[in-house]
Amino acid sequence: MSGASAAATWRLPSRGRAGMVALLVMESAFLGTFVVAYLFYIGKSASGPTPGQVLEFPLLGTVCLLASSLTVALAVRSLRGGRITLFAIWLLATIVLGAEFLTGTALEWYGLIVRQGLTIGTNLFGTTFYSLVGFHAGHVTLGLLLLILVWIFTVFGAVRAEHAERVELLSWYWHFVDAVWVVVLTAVYVVSR
Amino acid sequence: MSTVDVALRPREEAEARLPLVVVLHEWLITVDHKRIGIMYVLLGLVFFVVAGLEASLMRWQLAVPDNTVVGPDTFNRLFTMHGTTMVFFVGMPMMFGVANYLVPLMIGARDVAFPRLNAFSFWLSCFGGLLLYFSFIGGPGLYGAGSAPAVGWFAYAPLTQRPFTPGTSTDYWILALLVSGFGSVAGAINLVTTVFTMRCPGMRLGKMPLFVWLVLMAMVEILYALPVLTAGQIMLLFDRYLGAHFFDTLAGGSAVLWQHFFWFFGHPEVYILVLPVYGIASEIIPVFSRKVMFGYPMMVAATLAIGFIGGSVWAHHMFSVGLGAPVNTLFAATTMAIAVPTGIKIFNWLATMWGGRIAFATPMLFSVAFIFQFLVAGLTGIMLAVVPFTWQMTDTYFVVAHFHYTLIGGFVFLMFAGIYYWFPKVTGRMLDERLGRWHFWIFLIGFNMTMGILHFAGLLGMPRRIYTYQSGHGWDTINLIASLGVVPQILGVLIFVVNIIVSLRRGARAGDDPWDAWTLEWMTTSPPPEYNFETIPVVRSRRPLWDLKHPTDPDWRHE
Repeated sequence: MSGASAAATWRLPSRGRAGMVALLVMESAFLGTFVVAYLFYIGKSASGPTPGQVLEFPLLGTVCLLASSLTVALAVRSLRGGRITLFAIWLLATIVLGAEFLTGTALEWYGLIVRQGLTIGTNLFGTTFYSLVGFHAGHVTLGLLLLILVWIFTVFGAVRAEHAERVELLSWYWHFVDAVWVVVLTAVYVVSR
Repeated sequence: MSTVDVALRPREEAEARLPLVVVLHEWLITVDHKRIGIMYVLLGLVFFVVAGLEASLMRWQLAVPDNTVVGPDTFNRLFTMHGTTMVFFVGMPMMFGVANYLVPLMIGARDVAFPRLNAFSFWLSCFGGLLLYFSFIGGPGLYGAGSAPAVGWFAYAPLTQRPFTPGTSTDYWILALLVSGFGSVAGAINLVTTVFTMRCPGMRLGKMPLFVWLVLMAMVEILYALPVLTAGQIMLLFDRYLGAHFFDTLAGGSAVLWQHFFWFFGHPEVYILVLPVYGIASEIIPVFSRKVMFGYPMMVAATLAIGFIGGSVWAHHMFSVGLGAPVNTLFAATTMAIAVPTGIKIFNWLATMWGGRIAFATPMLFSVAFIFQFLVAGLTGIMLAVVPFTWQMTDTYFVVAHFHYTLIGGFVFLMFAGIYYWFPKVTGRMLDERLGRWHFWIFLIGFNMTMGILHFAGLLGMPRRIYTYQSGHGWDTINLIASLGVVPQILGVLIFVVNIIVSLRRGARAGDDPWDAWTLEWMTTSPPPEYNFETIPVVRSRRPLWDLKHPTDPDWRHE
C-alpha cells in the first residue's frame, strides 16, 4: 500500500531544532532593534563623554567569547561520541571562557560608572550603550547559567550520548550570542569610536 | 467514524456530571491545543464586547455637536483602550485561538509541538489583558494622573515621557503589551515549529491547507516584527524609570525613532491579524462553492509576498512626519506593490466562486461580504499610498474608516465566518442558520452605516481623536448616521451571543462533517477526542477527504 510506504519514509526535522531556529530569529529582531538604536544615536549626544573618550577595545573578552564557540562545539562532538569526561572538560572550558567575558564586561562597566561617571542617564551614548551591551551580556549570562546546569548534570552522571541533540541546541544559542557579539563589537567598539 | 462516536458518548456524559470546580480545574491546567484554542477565542470575544462598548460610548459622544456624554480625558482613554484592546486582546487571541485549534487538526497531528508552552502563551495573553484593564483601578498612582492609559494605541513619544504622562497609566499600557507580547512570540515559535515538524505522512508543504500556510506566514511575521515593539517598550520603560533618553527629545532623543519602531511592528501586525483570516476565507469559499481552490500555488506565492513585503511598508504611517521625498517615494512604492499580491488573492477567491454551485450558508455570507469590504479597504489603502493624498487625509476619519474596513470588514467578518463554520466541529452542534442570517444582515448594515459614511467625514476634514465638534462644518448628519449605525451592530452581536448560547444546548447535532468539506479536521469526531485522530492519517493530495469520499476519482491524480 502506498500510504504505508509513505508513512515509513516520512521524515521531518526535529521539534527542538525548528523551535530553536524560530527562537533565534525572534532574538535577532529583538537585539537588532537595540543595535539600530545605538547606530542611530551615534554622535547625537547632547553632552559628553563620547565613545572615543572612554571605551577601550575589549580584546581579551572578545578572544574568550569567540574561543568558547570552538570549545562548545568540541564539547558537543565529544558527547555525541559518548566520551563524557572529555565532554565535561570542554564544557567547563566553555564556562570559564564565558565567565571571563562577563568579568571583562563587569570591570569595564565598573570603570565607566565609577571613574568616568557614565551612566544610562548621562547622555544618549550612555543610554544606548548600556542597553545594547547589557542585553547582550544578559543573554550571555542566561547561556552561561544553562551551560553550568548541564555541567552539574554531567558531573552527577545524568548526561549521556543520547542527550547530544539537546546540548547541541544549547550550543546553537551560545554560537548565536557569540555572533551577536561580533555585531555589537563592530557597532560599539569600531564604528562609533 | 461511527464506532468512535459510540465509544466516546459515555465519556462525554461522565464529564458532564463532574462538579463545576473539577471542570474549571481541568480547563485551568489543560495543555490540549483545542481547549487552549477555545479559551483564546472566548477571551477574544469577552474583550470584543468590552472594546465594542468603548467604541459605542465614543460614537454616543460624537453623535451630535457639543455633546457632553464623556469629557476629553475620558474620551482619550476610550480611544486608547479601544484600539489597544481590539488589536492585542481581540485580534491576537482570536487569531491564536483559531490557529491553535485548527492547525494541528488540519495537518493531522495530535497536538502542537510544545503543549505546555502553548498553555503558558495563553495565560500570558489573558493576564496581559487583565493587567491592561486593571489600570482603571490601579492607574491613578502618583499625582492622581489619569486612570486608564490615554496616549493612543501607538503611544507616540514624547507624550509617553514621564513629565507629560506622570502616574502609572502609561506603564500599564507598556507592561500589559510586554506580557502579552511574550505570550504571542512563544505562540508563534510554537506554531511555526508545529507546522514544520508535525505534519502527517504525505503532507508536504505544497499539500497543506491554505489556512495553515497563511497562519505560518503570520507567525513568521510575529517573529520578526513583535520583538521590535517589545524592545521599543523596554526602551520606553528605561526612559521612564532609569532616566534613559531614547525618546527624550530634550536630551537629543528622537520622537521619530519611536514611530519607526512602533510601525515596523504596527504595519506587519495588520497582516499578522489578517493573513490567518484570509486562511479562513480560503477554506470556506471553496467548500461552499463546491470547487477546488483556484490557483493554490499563486495563493501561496502571494502569501509569501505579503509576508515579506509587509516588512517594508511601515513608513507609510509616517508620510506627514517629513522624512523627505526619497524615503516617502520608496515607501509609497512598496505600499502600492503590496496591493498586488492582495489583489491576486481577491481574484483567486472570485475565480473559485466563478461557475461554482454556491451555497449561501452563514459562513459563506460573511466571506462574500468580506471580499467586497476588503476591496473597499484595499482601494482606500492605495489612495493613502499616494503621499500628497495622505498629507491631506492623515489623522482624519478617512483613515479611521479605511482601517476599520480592513479590521472589521475583513478580520471581524471572517472571524464570524470561521466561528459559524467550525462551531459544529468544536461543539458537535450547529449554530442556528436563521439567527445567523439575522446576525449577518443586521451587522452588515450597521457596520457599513457607521464606517462607510465616515469616509466622507474624513474627506470633509473631520480629524480623528477629537472628543467633540461644533456645528456648521457639515459633519452633523454624517456623525448622527454613523452613531445610529452602532445600534444594529450591537443588536447583531447580541443575536450572535444568543445564537451561541442557545445552539450550545439545543443546536442540531452536527456529525463529523456537516459541510461535506475536504480538510482533515472534518475526518475526526465533533468534538474531536483529546488525541484528535485514532490513527495518524496519511494524505496524498490537498483534499484528503475528497480522496476518501471519491476513491474512483481522487485529487492526487490531478494535482
